[in-house]
Amino acid sequence: MPPLTSRPPTTPVLAAETRHAVSVVLNGTPRTGHAHPRLLLSDFLRHELGAHGTRVGCEHGVCGACTVRLDGVAVRACLTLAVQADGRRIDTVEGLAAANQGRMTALQEAFRRHHALQCGFCTAGILMSLTDYLGRNPKPTEEELRDMLSGHLCRCTGYAGIVRAVMDVTGQAGGVPARGPAEGGHV
Amino acid sequence: MTATQTVEVKGDPAPLAAPLVGRAMPRVEDAALLTGVARYADDLPVKPGTLHAAILRSPHAHAELLDIDFAAALAVPGVAAVVTGADAKRHASAFLVGVRAPMEHWCLAIDRVRHVGEPVAVVLADSRYQAEDALDRIEVRYRPLPPVTSIAQALGEGALAEGSEPLHPAVGSNLVNSRSFRYGDPEAAFARATRTVSIEVEYPRNSCTPMECFVVLADYDAAEDAYEVLSNFSGPFAVHPVMARALNVPGSRLRLKTPPHSGGSFGNKQAVFPYVVLMGLCARVAGRPVKWVEDRLEHLMAATSATARRMRIEAAVEPDGRVLALRMEQTEDCGAYLRAPEPASLYRNHGNLTGAYDIAHLAVTNRIVVTNKTPTGLNRGFGGGQLYYGLERLMNRVAAELGLDPLDVIRRNLVAAEAMPYRTASGGTLDSGDYRATLEQAVRDGGLEALKARRDALRAEGRLYGIGYAAVVEPSISNMGYITTVLTAEERRKAGPKNGAQATASVAVDPTGGVSVTVASAPQGQGHRTVLAQVVADVFGLRFEDIRVNTDLDTGKDAWSIASGNYSSRFAGAVAGAAQVAATRLRGRMAALVAGLLNCRAADVRFAGGRVFSDANPDNGLSFSRVAAAGHWAPGTLPDGQEAALRETAFWTPEPLKAPTDADHINSSACYGFIFDFCGVEIDRTTGAPRIDRYVTMHDAGRLLNPLLVEGQILGGFAHAVGTALFEEYAYGDDGRFLSGTFADYLVPTACEVPVPVILHRESPSPVTPLGAKGVGEGNCMSTPVCLANAVADALSGVAVGGLPPLPPSLPLTPAKLAALIHPPEPPRPAPATGASASPMPAAVPGGRGLTGEGSREVPATPEQVWAILLDPKELAALLPGCEALELVGPNAYRAEVVVGIGPVRGRYTAEVALSDLDPPNALTLTGSGTSALGSGSGTGHVTLEPTATGTRVTYRYGASVGGKVAAVGGRMLDSASRLLIGQFFEKLVARAGGPAASARPPSLLVRLLRLLGLTR
Repeated sequence: MPPLTSRPPTTPVLAAETRHAVSVVLNGTPRTGHAHPRLLLSDFLRHELGAHGTRVGCEHGVCGACTVRLDGVAVRACLTLAVQADGRRIDTVEGLAAANQGRMTALQEAFRRHHALQCGFCTAGILMSLTDYLGRNPKPTEEELRDMLSGHLCRCTGYAGIVRAVMDVTGQAGGVPARGPAEGGHV
Repeated sequence: MTATQTVEVKGDPAPLAAPLVGRAMPRVEDAALLTGVARYADDLPVKPGTLHAAILRSPHAHAELLDIDFAAALAVPGVAAVVTGADAKRHASAFLVGVRAPMEHWCLAIDRVRHVGEPVAVVLADSRYQAEDALDRIEVRYRPLPPVTSIAQALGEGALAEGSEPLHPAVGSNLVNSRSFRYGDPEAAFARATRTVSIEVEYPRNSCTPMECFVVLADYDAAEDAYEVLSNFSGPFAVHPVMARALNVPGSRLRLKTPPHSGGSFGNKQAVFPYVVLMGLCARVAGRPVKWVEDRLEHLMAATSATARRMRIEAAVEPDGRVLALRMEQTEDCGAYLRAPEPASLYRNHGNLTGAYDIAHLAVTNRIVVTNKTPTGLNRGFGGGQLYYGLERLMNRVAAELGLDPLDVIRRNLVAAEAMPYRTASGGTLDSGDYRATLEQAVRDGGLEALKARRDALRAEGRLYGIGYAAVVEPSISNMGYITTVLTAEERRKAGPKNGAQATASVAVDPTGGVSVTVASAPQGQGHRTVLAQVVADVFGLRFEDIRVNTDLDTGKDAWSIASGNYSSRFAGAVAGAAQVAATRLRGRMAALVAGLLNCRAADVRFAGGRVFSDANPDNGLSFSRVAAAGHWAPGTLPDGQEAALRETAFWTPEPLKAPTDADHINSSACYGFIFDFCGVEIDRTTGAPRIDRYVTMHDAGRLLNPLLVEGQILGGFAHAVGTALFEEYAYGDDGRFLSGTFADYLVPTACEVPVPVILHRESPSPVTPLGAKGVGEGNCMSTPVCLANAVADALSGVAVGGLPPLPPSLPLTPAKLAALIHPPEPPRPAPATGASASPMPAAVPGGRGLTGEGSREVPATPEQVWAILLDPKELAALLPGCEALELVGPNAYRAEVVVGIGPVRGRYTAEVALSDLDPPNALTLTGSGTSALGSGSGTGHVTLEPTATGTRVTYRYGASVGGKVAAVGGRMLDSASRLLIGQFFEKLVARAGGPAASARPPSLLVRLLRLLGLTR
């Protein structure tokens, strides 16, 4: 009989028990913190760097509340390890107004106008996804927009105000009444 | 100065600027929320040395708790303490229970666990990661007991499993409370009626699942024997005394604070209260501050749930559809413990059991049962979704059985406008509204005729399309006495009267003329600060931005009452009203202060445009800030006997809220709004998927304080209702295992599933509340699920096979359930051809999910060689997937350390493995069972070895059952994961016996996908 085979030992790149320096450019500012290899990026941002604007809603990648941009691309911070972000650019909700001379962006203003948020817990993630998405698709149809938003869970708004806000800010407000009666038919 | 009184606020003469109340003001809350600077509970700073808690939870639905060994957990680096039920017994007490029955509920299990997820122990460590590591090191021994997993089982209907005993043995039954009520003369009405119509419905368990989970920061001051806790608790603060009693301190020594922002509640954050007590206990035991943040699995599995309800309801009807009397039998599943304020779900609507209808005779039996499921609690619509699901399905059924238009049946029974205020059979007072006119307005403005034409056209094409209706009253501002309706009149006399609903608000002016408002409304995202600024600015004639509203609550300093908090849609009517009362009183005090200066009577002092002046001579005036400063700087100039005009606190309670009468009449809420909905739903004939084509919702919520926010509440409630109707259910296995522990299992509707309803309004101001407003946030959770179900019932008339169409199935109305009504049952799947295996399928694990599989492989070795491998412990260790150690504990019995990952959960199991039914070298049975902090699993496999021309055919059949956390989060993956693990076992066996190495082939797409998901290495 052939000998029993066993898996070759793997050499970890980072020691599990050690905190490693993680340097990122957070909203344009270089920041360094320390993280065990298993530390989630969401926990690193919130509790190591003190950037609380990113919220944690499920920690299994479904709700989208923790979405940030990693080198410009929207990612779930709860499914990303802090050490994976080393040397990269991270943009969070705190950076939106900062990059707009301290004023809220047109998207943020539209959210306010259209009551696109209530408790606000899902809002940061949605704003970060939209900022990425609208950069690539500046005039989505409502169907495209709803498809993209389906990566985020919101329990307060029924998504109506969010859709209205985006259609407004993309210059398509005509198709969706600002408020009041609207026809169903999206399901 | 504070005073408890009922105040009637007179309308002001028209102010200079248009009033802010009634305008769609964008919210003051939004800037902080949109820019990320808002501070939720988990964002607040913690004290140095704070410990982080992780909770060990029961993997069993029902079991005796034999012992807990946590020595190994204490040895994990960073761990400071492990807290168990023994500590709870030492420093805490059981929670008070709302019915008279010997049921003990503690913040940690004492000697029995009664639902999956019940807290058993808490690890306190320097970090959450360390605390969770240590959870895996705690060993708990349980003796599983037969679980009670349905209302029928709890009522003892049908056979009980051997060894069954009540959840709470001292009660002697799982039926813990039963009361019957009789109003009017229902027997005579039923005797008189030409016909009776009855239905039976069940309402499932579900929950609103706010995006933010529970958070508790607790500290204990040993010098003062006092607890200080910050938590995103939402009220009702009637639960504060329950928490204080459980911590063995008076309420003054439990200082409870709420954070500036909360990530939603919909009632659910009432259920953080046992954890307030638990973390207070932990802080006391550890002697250090403690922080706990609930994760999503914990929330879905064990936080709270709406009650499940079984309802039999029967109507005595006339041929024209007029309902003379109702008989109701409601049985409520409150889960494992009756947790405060339950059984409120069952009694919240007691005053409006007859809904929007004029029905004078009513017989009700209410039963409360306990089951081995998560305890229930507040959830948007609280009891209303359950009640109206029965009542409005019944009204629909009356129409179907009498051959009438369902809308005409509703019309014929609505309370008439002339009857307002209308006293219901059970004692409620419907305060205002013209229900019939409101319905007709909705029919007209909502386009019902066009919708009917659309239905007819689509049906002509053979499509399944239906229209549904629902008419409900939406109660708001709960009577603190309604829960006592569960007690007999005699018991109530002993306990003392309970009634009212005191709202509080404080309004203060500072020396610069700034106005501050503080309330105890614990907002969870609804925009209370915005509305209060509108209300108070109007009173003082100031600008919106002149008013600063603070909604953080500190029970050690702020005005609050047991009725405080965010529930029963009480904000607009009660809290905003109380703020108006306080502001108006303060304005009156300021008027008295300046009347002398203005040479006019206090009654003639006007406040408008930031100025204070005499009505007779508007040019003679002062700035508002000047008058404000006078209250602070010149108290010496105050007229005799007058207090400085600095601050007012109002306590307001609705006059109509009395205690239940001896005849059990109860006005359970202060106001009742009216909702009439209709909708069009199409069911896909092939897939059974329902699609909401059009939804119209008409509300009369009294005066609208901010239409933008009202619309937000309706849209949000509607989205929750769509989830309830079509997607959401807390699913359990027959053995009580919890099966919906992720948002991939518990399906919350996304932007693709929630249409935008047509929202219509009519405003009939409430005569009860200071501003004429009624609550509005919960109504669609009451009206929409049943409206959609009625539309589905109408659509199913397209598949009627003689007589009446099939009834819609229980909620949620999933495509699978609807397809089963549309299509004939599928033929059974053909049996797989796996050769002539003589071995029977292993008996299913009792109540198990029924993971089964089979397969066979050809191995290039003799049966004897394969047999030798299987019987050699060293070889077996190498074959078992994830086996890290295997020791012999008896003849052919082993203890194995196994690491297995299912989905996001990877766990170390201690497994007992045994070989039995040995028939060398032909057959054997392999059994294994394991437990870990992640749950438990067991399985049996039969292996047969048959010689072939080139070696041996190894055939296996297995059955397995997995429970606990693994089942909750990995349910969707269990089948494929177990197939994979068992596949690995046999691949290794084949390789070991000289067959081609499994890795010689490229891994299949499935295997690669599973690897990606962390299912396998």
